[in-house]
Amino acid sequence: MKVLVPIKRVVDFNVKVRVKPDGSGVDTANVKMSMNPFDEIAVEEAVRLKERGVATEIVAVSCGLTACQETLRTALAIGADRAILVETDAELQPLAVAKLLKAIVDKEAPQLVILGKQAIDDDANQVGQMLAALLRWPQATFASKVDIADGKATVKREIDGGLETLGMKLPAVITTDLRLNEPRYATLPNIMKAKKKALDVVKPEALGVEVAPRLVTLKVVEPPKRRGGGKVADVKELVAKLRNEAKVLP
Amino acid sequence: MSSLVIAEHDNATLKSATLNTVAAAHKIGGEIHVLVAGHHADGAAQAAAQIAGIAKVVHADAAHLASPTAENLAALIVGLADTYSHILLPATGFGKNVAPRIAALLDVAQVSDIIAVESPDTFVRPIYAGNAFATVQSKDPKKVITVRATGFDAAVASGGSATIETVPSPADSGLVEVLGQELTKSDRPELTSARVVISGGRGLQKGENFKMLEALADKLHAAIGASRAAVDAGYVPNDYQVGQTGKIVAPELYIAIGISGAIQHLAGMKDSKVIVAINKDPEAPIFQIADYGLVGDLFEIVPQLTAELG
Repeated sequence: MKVLVPIKRVVDFNVKVRVKPDGSGVDTANVKMSMNPFDEIAVEEAVRLKERGVATEIVAVSCGLTACQETLRTALAIGADRAILVETDAELQPLAVAKLLKAIVDKEAPQLVILGKQAIDDDANQVGQMLAALLRWPQATFASKVDIADGKATVKREIDGGLETLGMKLPAVITTDLRLNEPRYATLPNIMKAKKKALDVVKPEALGVEVAPRLVTLKVVEPPKRRGGGKVADVKELVAKLRNEAKVLP
Repeated sequence: MSSLVIAEHDNATLKSATLNTVAAAHKIGGEIHVLVAGHHADGAAQAAAQIAGIAKVVHADAAHLASPTAENLAALIVGLADTYSHILLPATGFGKNVAPRIAALLDVAQVSDIIAVESPDTFVRPIYAGNAFATVQSKDPKKVITVRATGFDAAVASGGSATIETVPSPADSGLVEVLGQELTKSDRPELTSARVVISGGRGLQKGENFKMLEALADKLHAAIGASRAAVDAGYVPNDYQVGQTGKIVAPELYIAIGISGAIQHLAGMKDSKVIVAINKDPEAPIFQIADYGLVGDLFEIVPQLTAELG
């Protein structure tokens, strides 16, 4: 079974982003970039499926700048077999990414697409569901446990208030949640090996996909600052202040 | 211009986020309809009809909508979409699962997690864990939107008298089977609509220490939440998680206990009206946004606080 793992290069989760003074966006120049953490979980899950003998080939895909090749190399070092970059300087919004991925799926014919539920830059939480819709495939979002057997997936997923178990025939799209697994670190020998793995580059035009943005970002601003920093000495003072000053306790 | 709000419900009653989503539709303007898709969901449909300012409740009933899959719900909604300029869902696990499927089938962009409406085509949404607010304009003929509940005061749940129109539902897609649900049983208020939220972090050291928070929560009729660190450590289930990738809350009072205050956590609670932080590390970032910080050992402070509230 072939597994496709779409990944996104994003500002590292430890970086506190700054809004550009002209309000056009956030400053991503000279900022540490990494693989979106949820996509790391997706790569890890695909590698575990291969280790269990369920998956036979793992193809990592990314859409964006040339620099995404670094992120794809990380996926190869974790255990993906080969990689595809859909290379473009254009701004890519979730619907466009889903269309690009659909074109790749049409070519590669994987039985499973597994990707992060959300990218931590635009926080959109859309691509997996959109891709499933475009393919007319079943979807299992926010997965915390994935079992694959006999051409079927059984997925435990995080829902508000608990867990839900879905059953579906493959091919399917699964998006990962936090508890699915804990991704491994790439070892040095695997990082070296990853440099020799195949990484193909294609352009959106070659896939016949129109990627023009549908949403226009008019401005990006800093959120209002919260004035905190108040301290109390002990529990008595805390309760008194909550009652008499903040008036949130009876 | 007219909006279709997709109600989140358990067939008997509406989930509170539905009311906030209706409020966002009011800000957009035009006529508002509410879709209640379920099975034996007359209770939820009646409740929706009473929301102030609703013109019509669209009610679809089918066995396969009892706990509907994204595939079936999206097919139903796309079939109804023709007459609406806006389709709105709450930005909850429910809405986030379905909305992009609808948007892709309609070939329109989705605007996720809006916190303000500037005009019928322009919305404000947080990005980068709420460290920036983007104002975005949709160029598409239809807007598919998810609404962050904390951005909009709930619409009034009573006083309305909308007509209820029954519509047929497309047949079960057969793509997905719901094999079961395990719901956390709790008598406490829902995390996202509680007046008081008490959250624990890694500082609690182990899951059983959350019992201490329960005693405090009982006194305050509070919901219990947790940081991602506490969820990752296995202290509590994932649906307790408050933060960028968990639940977004904005209660009257938020008490963060043993939580250092990573930006991903702050993203989920910094709009709370009053924030209390209890942490032994005086340098913990949570103190920078807390109205009342108390530095000390939570294992001493929490029982004292519970006792003090008598």
